[in-house]
Amino acid sequence: MREINNDSIALVNEKALIIRESIIKMLGESGSGHTGGSLSAADIMACLYFWELNIDPKDPKAAGRDRFVLSKGHAAPVLYATLAEKGFFPDEYLSRLRKLGSPLQGHPDMNKLSGVEASTGSLGQGISWSVGMALAEKMDKTGYRVYALLGDGELQEGMVWEAVMAAGHYHLDNLVAIVDNNSLQIDGRVEKVMGVQPIADKFKAFNWEVLSIDGHNVEQIMAALEKARSIKNRPTVIVAKTLKGKGCSFMEDKAEWHGVAPKKDEVERALAELHATH
Amino acid sequence: MEKQATRDAYGQALVELGHLHDDIVVLDADLSSSTKTAGFGKAFPARFINAGIAEQNMIGMAAGLAAAGKTVFASSFAIFAVGRAFEQVRNSLAYANLNVKVCATHAGLTVGEDGGSHQAVEDIAVMRSVPNMCVVVPADGPSTKAALYRLYQRKGPAYLRLGRPAVPKIYDGEKIDFVIGKGIELRKGKDVTIIACGIMVHKSLEAAKLLAEEGIEAAVIDMHTIKPIDKELIIKQARSTGAILTVEEHNIIGGLGSAVAEVVAENHPVFVERLGIEDIFGQSAGPEELLEHYGLTIQNIIDKIHLLLNKKKELK
Repeated sequence: MREINNDSIALVNEKALIIRESIIKMLGESGSGHTGGSLSAADIMACLYFWELNIDPKDPKAAGRDRFVLSKGHAAPVLYATLAEKGFFPDEYLSRLRKLGSPLQGHPDMNKLSGVEASTGSLGQGISWSVGMALAEKMDKTGYRVYALLGDGELQEGMVWEAVMAAGHYHLDNLVAIVDNNSLQIDGRVEKVMGVQPIADKFKAFNWEVLSIDGHNVEQIMAALEKARSIKNRPTVIVAKTLKGKGCSFMEDKAEWHGVAPKKDEVERALAELHATH
Repeated sequence: MEKQATRDAYGQALVELGHLHDDIVVLDADLSSSTKTAGFGKAFPARFINAGIAEQNMIGMAAGLAAAGKTVFASSFAIFAVGRAFEQVRNSLAYANLNVKVCATHAGLTVGEDGGSHQAVEDIAVMRSVPNMCVVVPADGPSTKAALYRLYQRKGPAYLRLGRPAVPKIYDGEKIDFVIGKGIELRKGKDVTIIACGIMVHKSLEAAKLLAEEGIEAAVIDMHTIKPIDKELIIKQARSTGAILTVEEHNIIGGLGSAVAEVVAENHPVFVERLGIEDIFGQSAGPEELLEHYGLTIQNIIDKIHLLLNKKKELK
């Protein structure tokens, strides 16, 4: 499963398409939620869950399982789509996104849905959880790895840098942070609202290994994840350049699609485009 | 009289618990010599994590450790653990319902000379309004130790409020019957009930002794658990004594007084007076000096009792 070859790349690309379709349908039904930042992370999520992570949906609480934390918790739809495709819960759950009593909360709730490792949504907190999980692994030597997905806008939270400092200080080579660098946040372009560049230099200064890649190129994502395993004595960040709304032309690189769900006609158009480009 | 700071008792109990349970991890934010977690850090360096001066990340890391199966005790001063890291406590600990005990020292005015910026007077109010959160305010060293053992056994998030100065011992450590959510009736009395928490329990007992000399029989309750509050005991005391005084080293808004008044008003309305900090920030001075300046003395308790008993008399 862990080899980088045409078969594994094709499989992950196939899963990424399924995840994107699922995101569009799910958000269309719910009528609210975060579309743009879910689509930008679809390839990364497909790589993690269908190539990288050591997890078993039939044994979701196994002690030695790898942990994934969606620090950019508002991208919950991409997590739900991925977990459903992986088999953590039935696909039918997806039609209940954001509905009363649903396990699919607006932001992930670990106590309501199998496969969710951390209750996130308030930005910056997930990366701290990840540092705590990585520290626990170092104590117990359970052998698992921890992965956190952050937004680039999220890097504006001061707490992120407290966590990044701690991970560097404690030499957490079992921790991988991935920055979904789609360059947009609610109020516009990240660099205009509150610049976070140079991202790579900031992480380097905190003693992290930095890998910069195209976040929609599955082969590059795999290679970066593979490289991260070989880095010892310090954590790795993968700065993944992405496009907000990736896969649906009318959503791509538009801040307006941050927290808006597609209407019925937009759902049809988006699904048609996803099929056509595949 | 033997004295011990609740933070010292906390530090000692942590080490004892550390020997008993491998799953305990302790976090601090560069205050371990003051919060007394340093003893645990020395005894169990592999299970002690210093977050540096970064309380928000300390609470976030605590959540991750708890999600990985650890029982976590995280310490800082009350002003930082509750104030600086509030939203992390709320979302990462309470909302996720994780097994983390936020054990904050230096609560209240008795921080002393560091002044108002460091004296948390609102922490009980804030913590008790957070769903899933248990709030415990022990009165002395032995009950702090007992509280810690009980909190270890009780899964889920909790806030333990501790103080800086040495305070008189009320309990004999071997005999204390400490149950989370159950107030302790330290003194029986038929005329009025004093419900206190933290360092004000001892002052309430002293006040009750003096009141007895003038023929007033005041019951004294150590309401160490503010949440879940012991409704049964409050209602019983409202019925049997018909008047209640609450005493706390905390703002009169939202703390023990409010919690007791809510139960009384809804179940068995009787006169309630609240003695606490009158919605004002503290300042620099010695701990006892500050308690006197802000009206948290034995004499203030006695005066409030007289006021209550007059109200009770007028009603008849």
